[in-house]
Amino acid sequence: MFPQTFDYTAPTTLDEAVKLLGGGAKALAGGMSLIPMMKLRLASPEHLVDLGRIKELNYIREESGALHIGATATHYAVESSPLVRTKCPLLAETAAAIGDVQVRNMGTLGGAVAHADPSADYPAALQALEAKIVLRGAGGDRTVSAAEFFVDAFTTVLNEGEMVREVIVPVDTSGVSYQKVPQPASGFAMVGIAARVKKAGGKVTEARIGVTGLTNSSFRATAAEKALEGTNGSAADIQKAAALVAQGSDANSDIHASADYRKHLAVVYTGRALIAAMGRAQ
Amino acid sequence: MKIHLTINGKNYSHDVEPRLLLIHYLRENAALTGSHVGCETSLCGACTIELDGKAVKSCTMFAVQADGAKITTIEGLANDGKLHGVQEAFWNEHGLQCGFCTPGMIMASKQIIDRNHAPSDAEIRHGLEGNLCRCTGYQHIVNAVKAAAAAAGK
Ligand SMILES: Cc1cc2nc3c(=O)[nH]c(=O)nc-3n(C[C@H](O)[C@H](O)[C@H](O)COP(=O)(O)OP(=O)(O)OC[C@H]3O[C@@H](n4cnc5c(N)ncnc54)[C@H](O)[C@@H]3O)c2cc1C
Ligand code: FES
Ligand code: FES
Repeated sequence: MFPQTFDYTAPTTLDEAVKLLGGGAKALAGGMSLIPMMKLRLASPEHLVDLGRIKELNYIREESGALHIGATATHYAVESSPLVRTKCPLLAETAAAIGDVQVRNMGTLGGAVAHADPSADYPAALQALEAKIVLRGAGGDRTVSAAEFFVDAFTTVLNEGEMVREVIVPVDTSGVSYQKVPQPASGFAMVGIAARVKKAGGKVTEARIGVTGLTNSSFRATAAEKALEGTNGSAADIQKAAALVAQGSDANSDIHASADYRKHLAVVYTGRALIAAMGRAQ
Repeated sequence: MKIHLTINGKNYSHDVEPRLLLIHYLRENAALTGSHVGCETSLCGACTIELDGKAVKSCTMFAVQADGAKITTIEGLANDGKLHGVQEAFWNEHGLQCGFCTPGMIMASKQIIDRNHAPSDAEIRHGLEGNLCRCTGYQHIVNAVKAAAAAAGK
């Protein structure tokens, strides 16, 4: 399995990379999505820019109440970072659910976000966390919300020549859980639900539900969130809210799961994620 | 493109095409055929090697990405004819039958133990999700990793 020939450049600075991307080259991060596609010749870029040697893209740090994660932080770095595990456990839990250890050792947050696979895990958490994604192009940086960023299957708001520079998630004190139904061969999410719940005085004050795998693009299940907010968060309240998660959605259908089955899974796994998140909420 | 690598403690340097996959570089340029090509589609883990301390699937990486890296393959584990603890445990616990998956299984198992000195059965199975075995039914492999971790902890 040989990809088509290509030129390869491995710059060490972000500025060099942006210049090369602006000239029509394609970014190579962990290669865990791009290289399989190149081997199958579903992608045949003429010039690859390896982001792996750019130190200024690989970091996880806390700044004014938020975690800033550089594009080339690997899934393993996110799952094992003490900072992410304590201050944004939903993201660490989601990273640990991706593929297998070899994939997590190489695959990156920026690559997963830019690739926007409809069955990718991270988008569910990023929707539930109301994350921000910082993009770098020839004209400088711009910041978009996760809700704006993911447009359709493998489609984002990234312009030609623009790249993902970092992802910003809040320091998060809610009760959280990520629950997925892995496709047995690849591990991708047939359905994945990221839930966050805050409680005060016995009432749910805030609920956030991010959904991946169900439709072409990840989304926040706002009807279900609203149904849960203000309730006691009892089993019956959770069931009522979860029932709304797939309503009106244009669910995907493939050899692994029909649209109806995916919708059914989304309801059941939203219930499970909310129960687990509720159990962890103060 | 010229690349320089350290594999099992020895220096290698070759001029390669950017599209050359690392597994083919290891098997054909470096003549280290211990790492196997099973699926070539990133699923089976037979090609797993250690790159700067991380287990990776060498069929899903270009050799040029590994320029400057330190690599350990299955050939690099035994020392002076003495098997590595994980190899020893696979032997003792019958962690292999045909042996095709074994080089990758052992490299993935080594990663589990390097990161977690006392892994539970569930943690071992989670750590081996990227490796397929068509013979053993996995239980003997899980036993082998447990035995290797216990021996390393002594
Ligand atoms: C066996 C296997 C199982 C997997 N299972 C799962 C799973 O269960 N869940 C899951 O979510 N994913 C899974 N993946 C995919 C994995 O998470 C990838 O790591 C991820 O989709 C892409 O990240 P990457 O760093 O490898 O990017 P690459 O493959 O290098 O790039 C992917 C795409 O993004 C572009 N790109 C990369 N970085 C940037 C950037 N900073 N800015 C702009 N564009 C960029 C590239 O040009 C390319 O188009 C699996 C992959 C494999 C091989
Ligand atoms: S040959 Fe690399 S994963 Fe199967
Ligand atoms: S021992 Fe035969 S494939 Fe694992």
